[in-house]
Amino acid sequence: MLKIQNLHAAIEEKSILKGLNLEVKAGEVHAIMGPNGAGKSTMASVIAGKEEYEVTSGSIELDGEDISELAPEERAQAGVFLSFQYPVEIPGVTVTNFIKTAINESRKAQGLEEMPAKEMLQKIREKSELLEIDRKFLSRSLNEGFSGGEKKRNEIFQMAMLEPKLAILDETDSGLDIDALRIVANGVNKLKSEDNAVIVITHYQRLLDYIVPDYVHVLHDGKIVKTGDASLALELEAKGYDWIKNELV
Amino acid sequence: MTDEKRMEELKDKLLSSYLAFENGKDINSDVHDIRSKALQNFEKLGFPTKKLEAWKYTSLNSILKEDYSIFPKAETAVELADVKKYFIHDIDTYKVVFIDGKYSSFLSNTTHDNMDICLLSSALTKPKYKAIIENFFNKTAKQDNLTSLNTAFANEGAYIFIPQNVEVEKPIQIINFTTGAENATMIQPRNLIVAERNSHVQIIERHQSLTDNAILTNAVTEIFVDTHASVDYYKIQNDNTNASLVDNTFIEQQKESTCSVHTFSFGGNITRNNLNFFQKGEHINSILKGVTIIEGRQHVDHHTLVHHIEPNCESHQDYKGIFGDRSTGVFNGKVIVEKEAQKTNAYQQNNNVLISDKATINAKPQLEIFADDVKCSHGCTIGQLDQQALFYMQQRGIPKKEANALLMYAFANTVLESVKIPEVKQRITNLIAEKLGVNIGFEL
Repeated sequence: MLKIQNLHAAIEEKSILKGLNLEVKAGEVHAIMGPNGAGKSTMASVIAGKEEYEVTSGSIELDGEDISELAPEERAQAGVFLSFQYPVEIPGVTVTNFIKTAINESRKAQGLEEMPAKEMLQKIREKSELLEIDRKFLSRSLNEGFSGGEKKRNEIFQMAMLEPKLAILDETDSGLDIDALRIVANGVNKLKSEDNAVIVITHYQRLLDYIVPDYVHVLHDGKIVKTGDASLALELEAKGYDWIKNELV
Repeated sequence: MTDEKRMEELKDKLLSSYLAFENGKDINSDVHDIRSKALQNFEKLGFPTKKLEAWKYTSLNSILKEDYSIFPKAETAVELADVKKYFIHDIDTYKVVFIDGKYSSFLSNTTHDNMDICLLSSALTKPKYKAIIENFFNKTAKQDNLTSLNTAFANEGAYIFIPQNVEVEKPIQIINFTTGAENATMIQPRNLIVAERNSHVQIIERHQSLTDNAILTNAVTEIFVDTHASVDYYKIQNDNTNASLVDNTFIEQQKESTCSVHTFSFGGNITRNNLNFFQKGEHINSILKGVTIIEGRQHVDHHTLVHHIEPNCESHQDYKGIFGDRSTGVFNGKVIVEKEAQKTNAYQQNNNVLISDKATINAKPQLEIFADDVKCSHGCTIGQLDQQALFYMQQRGIPKKEANALLMYAFANTVLESVKIPEVKQRITNLIAEKLGVNIGFEL
């Protein structure tokens, strides 16, 4: 589904990704771990198409199509979803109307009619129940005054509504208490299928107790330096990252 | 010829036209005196120039050089089908419509049933209205240059009188069309609105040019809001780019009254809004809100004044501006709190977004507070659209243009949400979408 080859990316001429390779197949869950400053969030932003980052070489393919030149909304419409580490507050736009606009603009781009109101409501109801979201919450301004946990739950709610092919969860566990973590993880697991894939970016093993990865990758200095199965995350939790850095020397 | 010289010529033309204007009018009436004095005042003051502090950022030079026709000819026929779109037509309303400054009975829907929604020209001349005219005409209007000029030629406009305890069930639309029958036309509508004790009325006002010829409108509206009455006034300014407007509004409020004015400035060449509130009693609420979205070389200037004279009153100002291309904006919000006006709560907010490097906004809050137990706040921001928010929205599949529009709409929404007539709110929403070039069903 996603194939990243020899990806180099820079921001303001500072090189951050330095030859990243990653292949994610439909039905898989990949975890990306690594120390601060390794380039984890940059990787997420570059896949999503954030304009400040310049791809200097390499390619990002989604289902065989190179998406590295596409606008962020085109990538989103092609099925890439990024759950933000710091979701942006947008005063004046309610959660419901934002998600309606997102869905209908994507449909418009694909030459489809707007989703009928009844179907939209039904879907909103179903997905908000899945994430244990209060109805009142949906009529509040997007992320404005939300707690850290509410923001993250709202991200996964949007993911549930948009049904992406590839979801990248950027530190979705940060700022979550254990109950919120369980709800969010449960939501992600329910949305998981043979046709989609998830990349989980995290510092901690904790989230991976709930969302069990097929592969764990260690990102260091802009490239993946080690890949293993779920047990690698446990090992990293116990031993830290220094032993991997030492292995590289 | 220099701009100054052309301005002098226009002034001379106006002065010499006055005799012809007054010819045939009752020269023994009080109104005649008022007009004559106003003319003398204008003769003395002349047109405003940038040398005046109040006109520092707005120059009228470029529009005062036209050779305006001052007395439009007989009514030019306008087809309803051509102008229907300028009305709020999906609800039943009273209408007072003028074409080139002349009353259009065909497009209007007036009444004398339990209230008067009719013409100032009748009110100024018919004995029946004499007392009201004596009490209210030109009583709150300032004697500045352009208001004086309007007063000198004051003859036609809407006359609205709502007796006590009457709640007007339909909004009233006041629309001034200009057709461009002449190369350049100047019109000076004069409205008088009196809402007696405990009455309620909603008014929608629009100036609309139907031509590419130059139009200059110098309008004056006086509004009296008596004890416990409420007036909601909506100004829709979306004129074409050869039409300029100086809109002078003077509002006097008595105790426990509420008056709100929403000004939506999306079009026109030069638009200057002089909006003045005078609070003459206790427990008054005055609300001034505006959204400005302009582009090209358009210019919109909001000069507001709230004069807190008595204790325990409130005023709320919220102006949002979005400026593209080489457009320029001015916000000058003056709040005076007199020594007697203790417990005043005056709030002023002015937020601006510049979406082009070449756009300009001049913002100036002016607070003159002489009382010591008051709550007065003001905030002014000038910024760009939030790039993070833009990326966030794009990431959810919303194209950049639409994401921009949604952000701007959300930015303006604090003003829109206090619009009480749903059809007006919908119309403004549509105008914003049209202005931003998107087809997006906002319903925030």
